[in-house]
Amino acid sequence: MVGKIDKQEVEYLAKLARVGLTNAEITKYQKDLGDILGYVEKLNEVNTDGVAPMAAGIQAKDVMRDDKVESVEGAPAELLECAPEKEDGFIKTKSVFE
Amino acid sequence: MSIKELQKQDKVKFLADTLDRIKEVEPKLHAFVTTLTAEDVKKDYRSESGMTKLSGIPVGIKDVLCTRNLRTTASAKMLDGFIPPYDATVVKKLKDAGAIIVGKNNCDAWAHGASTENSDYGVTPNPWDLTRVSGGSSGGSAAAVAAGEIPYSIGTDTGGSIRQPASFCGVVGLKPTYGRVSRYGLIAMASSLDCPGPITQTVEDAAIVLNTIAGKDEKDATTSDSPVPDYTKDLDKSLKGMKIGVPKEYFGLGLDKEVEEVFRNSLKVYEKLGVEIVDITLPHTEYGVAAYYIIMTAETSSNLGRYDGVKYGYNAKESKDLIDSYFKTRDEGFGDEAKRRIMLGTYVLSSGYYDAYYLKAAKVRRLIHDDFIKAFEKVDVILSPVAPTPAFKIGEKADPVSMYLADVFTAPVSLAGLPAVSIPAGFSKDKLPIGIQIIGPHFEESKILNVAHMFEKATENDEWRKNKVVV
Repeated sequence: MVGKIDKQEVEYLAKLARVGLTNAEITKYQKDLGDILGYVEKLNEVNTDGVAPMAAGIQAKDVMRDDKVESVEGAPAELLECAPEKEDGFIKTKSVFE
Repeated sequence: MSIKELQKQDKVKFLADTLDRIKEVEPKLHAFVTTLTAEDVKKDYRSESGMTKLSGIPVGIKDVLCTRNLRTTASAKMLDGFIPPYDATVVKKLKDAGAIIVGKNNCDAWAHGASTENSDYGVTPNPWDLTRVSGGSSGGSAAAVAAGEIPYSIGTDTGGSIRQPASFCGVVGLKPTYGRVSRYGLIAMASSLDCPGPITQTVEDAAIVLNTIAGKDEKDATTSDSPVPDYTKDLDKSLKGMKIGVPKEYFGLGLDKEVEEVFRNSLKVYEKLGVEIVDITLPHTEYGVAAYYIIMTAETSSNLGRYDGVKYGYNAKESKDLIDSYFKTRDEGFGDEAKRRIMLGTYVLSSGYYDAYYLKAAKVRRLIHDDFIKAFEKVDVILSPVAPTPAFKIGEKADPVSMYLADVFTAPVSLAGLPAVSIPAGFSKDKLPIGIQIIGPHFEESKILNVAHMFEKATENDEWRKNKVVV
């Protein structure tokens, strides 16, 4: 594991996560993430050879059900009401291309 | 007043008193993001529900659980104006039982934190000392119950967020087994860890509330179909001959002297009740927080990916195109801790680091889980402190790692999916409440509630029970 993280990596992570950051924030997160990664490095002390990873504390099994349409009180008007921008019963977004 | 005591009271009068008490206390405590008026409350009430133990009794709901037509913010600016079009299953079950929602409790934004200082709507101080934190993330829920604003609240626990604030505020907090209570309608933090559960004044009340909210839900595929017993049935069962395990690893890890003293005293109480105290080992305890912060942030970064300013929530108006809008919306809408967790989660899941971090943590998770399972071959339940210290000062923990270590005794339990209850067990010299945690095997909520209830009964006349909150 690499405990430290450089500025370019922080910028790259922000880009992957679609979070715009100021320069001051980048400097702060570089330090914070470095500290946290330094702390979690202690996991390297644990021998995990042959240990199967665990995704949840309870052994979950697949659960199947019919995918049926239910009528929901207030839908779709209340659902649409949640959107910040809408027009003629549609959700409106900025354009993807110029 | 407890839910049990309220059964014989005039509930209409109690509701009015509750709304008055909230009005009186809120300017100092700020335990709610949203409160309802007497008018609002009437609109919501389902009189057709018949009589249940919760009928007509007020409840607070942590603001990460969706309530139909009632603003739900997750204490985050991103969701400031969000009015959910549906109820979380937990909320629906409470309404069906005739419960009366009187407000939405403050918490750390997105339930990220151990102090409620991360709330975008201001901190909830501790009702025993207003210069200290109420704990978190369900700090508003625990503080409101402790201050007598409401008889109970529904909180959520991902790595200790019900148990630790319950301990800091001197109330009962139950984190059920993962999958015992539906997560449908819970604004997700870490989906393999999140558990809604009750924060109450007494253990019996926690059992009463769990009876209502537990069970299989088609809308949450991880809920269990194992039968829901009556959790109040075994509360008074004798503990004679029972074995309680005490993990030796829990006595390092920054454990405060006064917390240790309260814990050791509680062992004496149990010995008098005929319990055998057994030393056990949970060898991977010290890796719990590290594994937790990798798994939790990985899941958090995925869950927070949906906040794009398009479908609901905050939207940065001044942006030139869609991708620019994503960056600006997420920069302006997320606070400091959410961004930190998103970045860390993105890092541990990113190509080249996945094996070293996420996969490694998932393997350590199994070892932590197996430690508990092995311990339960020898003992019935495990007893431990809840947090290493009593409530700390507001502003005291400035660096993220020191805040994360507040979860050292609670996060391993969450990773293993086990039920645990935090109950008041004493006070520090500064009159701050200190709790103990009773951990049980999967789906053994009846057993931990029995062990908790018998402690409560054995100590009901203790001097420390006479202490009073300052609000």
